[in-house]
Amino acid sequence: MSTAAVAMMILALVTLWGGLLLSILHLRKHPDDPD
Amino acid sequence: MAQHEVTRKREVWSGRSVFIMAAIGSAVGLGNIWRFPYIAYENGGGAFLIPYLVALLTAGIPLLLVDYAIGHKFRGSPPLAFRRLRRGAEFIGWWQVLVCFVIGVYYAVIVAWAARYTFFSITEAWGDDPEGFFMSSFLNQDTDATFGLSFVPGVAWTLLLVWIATLAVLALGVQRGIGNANRFFVPLLVLLFGALVVRSLTLDGATTGLDAFFTPNWSALTDTGVWIAAYAQIFFSLSVAFGIMVTYASYLKRKTNLTGSGLVVGFSNSSFEVLAGIGVFSALGFMAQAQGVEVGEVVAGGIGLAFIAFPTIVSEMPGGPLFGVLFFGSLVFAGFTSMISIIQVTVSAFQDKTGLGRVPAVLAIGGVSAIVSLLLFPTTTGLNTLDVVDRFANQFGIVGVAFVALVVVAWIYRRLPELRDHLNSVSSFKVGTGWMVFTGIITPLVLGYMLFSEIRDRVRDGYGGLPDSLVTAFGWSVQAGVIILAVLLTFIPWRRGIDEEYELDENRPLASAQAPASSGDPSPGPDSSTGGTR
Repeated sequence: MSTAAVAMMILALVTLWGGLLLSILHLRKHPDDPD
Repeated sequence: MAQHEVTRKREVWSGRSVFIMAAIGSAVGLGNIWRFPYIAYENGGGAFLIPYLVALLTAGIPLLLVDYAIGHKFRGSPPLAFRRLRRGAEFIGWWQVLVCFVIGVYYAVIVAWAARYTFFSITEAWGDDPEGFFMSSFLNQDTDATFGLSFVPGVAWTLLLVWIATLAVLALGVQRGIGNANRFFVPLLVLLFGALVVRSLTLDGATTGLDAFFTPNWSALTDTGVWIAAYAQIFFSLSVAFGIMVTYASYLKRKTNLTGSGLVVGFSNSSFEVLAGIGVFSALGFMAQAQGVEVGEVVAGGIGLAFIAFPTIVSEMPGGPLFGVLFFGSLVFAGFTSMISIIQVTVSAFQDKTGLGRVPAVLAIGGVSAIVSLLLFPTTTGLNTLDVVDRFANQFGIVGVAFVALVVVAWIYRRLPELRDHLNSVSSFKVGTGWMVFTGIITPLVLGYMLFSEIRDRVRDGYGGLPDSLVTAFGWSVQAGVIILAVLLTFIPWRRGIDEEYELDENRPLASAQAPASSGDPSPGPDSSTGGTR
């Protein structure tokens, strides 16, 4: 794989999977109040 | 009539995690696996990530939150939720319901094909001619006829089983049926597809495929078409703006973190898509190397990728049958959880309108959908019919209703501030002016452009070289019929007690319960005490 391709693959994984991880952590920090 | 006799309790998810799982199950569908890799490759490769991310953050997640806000605040299926937003908007909800009906009747067929191919993989039933097998032996397509009703039993029986399974899940209810099905099938899908990706990455030629997929073509970023493709991919992939997320959000408890959940759903969908890109292009890299050609010569998307390219890969690789079972099994599970959500929109609307119980509603609406599906698609001319219906349902149906809904909500009724306040009243991640600009200006502009260019192209060029009679009947006429029927359905009276039910709903948003209804809110009008609603 070319350097550019590797860089873009890492960037895609970091932004999308990283975004997912951060979203999950954010949600876990804010549990829903009981009704 | 006593109030308790005319009102009923709306079903509720047991918690937000079930809702999130169901929303992910709906969003992650066939398009994630067979559309994204091809679209990304064709539109700049690695460089496509930039417009794709921009589209996710400025259209995908913001639109998801519009759906969540409408469904959660107004607690109804799309027609009821839009009616509660403003009575004149009810037709938008019916338009969404009918788009779901149209999509559901053909989507089930593809799930049925994938189910058959899961078993075909075990024996590599396609031999050395996957294309001939798919078109002739399996689908028995008659290329000379435009439309006919000659059945292909092998497809019809499987399709019937898909419908029975879908309706069985829906009949069990929101939590017990849809919730549990997604809690089982979504993790199973991740497991199966994860195994497929690991196997793909170990194939000879995998890095060649990944190189083709991720090498950026930066000049693509100056092409408007690439940006539109990115918005379209995000839009079609996330199951937004055609009623599914409105319906699912209507079953949430009052205090549910909507924006936090939306972020998880949006990023989960895109995370799966990039995983699919890696899996698919690793496999295509192997195929190209085995055939001694460039990756670009074997790249395909949609039905061609799934039912012709992948069987070829299965035949060429060691341990192919297991790989085939993983791939087609993933397609079945991804498709099935999306299928459930699509049909639930129609069932939910029918229940709200008529007051029928869940099981009779599932049997009535699901039964009609299944019959239409079984009559039109498992036939010797079904492939072309499916192609036309699919194209028009997506490019006109979904894009059209999304565009109209946003213009009506944002500009005609000016309800975005209220929806923003609702999101912020229950959520941890606050939305503000940016969200209003994305949903009120940027997304309608992009959708309007997509709609305009599609109408221009279809009028000028027809579709895919298919006969005009087929395109007119199953493309233009179906979509026009959907809009006309949507308007007509607003004239049918709602079941008794529909307004009292909202007033008494214990899961109704606090803000609405405390404050007097605004001008557009479903305030109990003079006739609501009698239960007459129109």
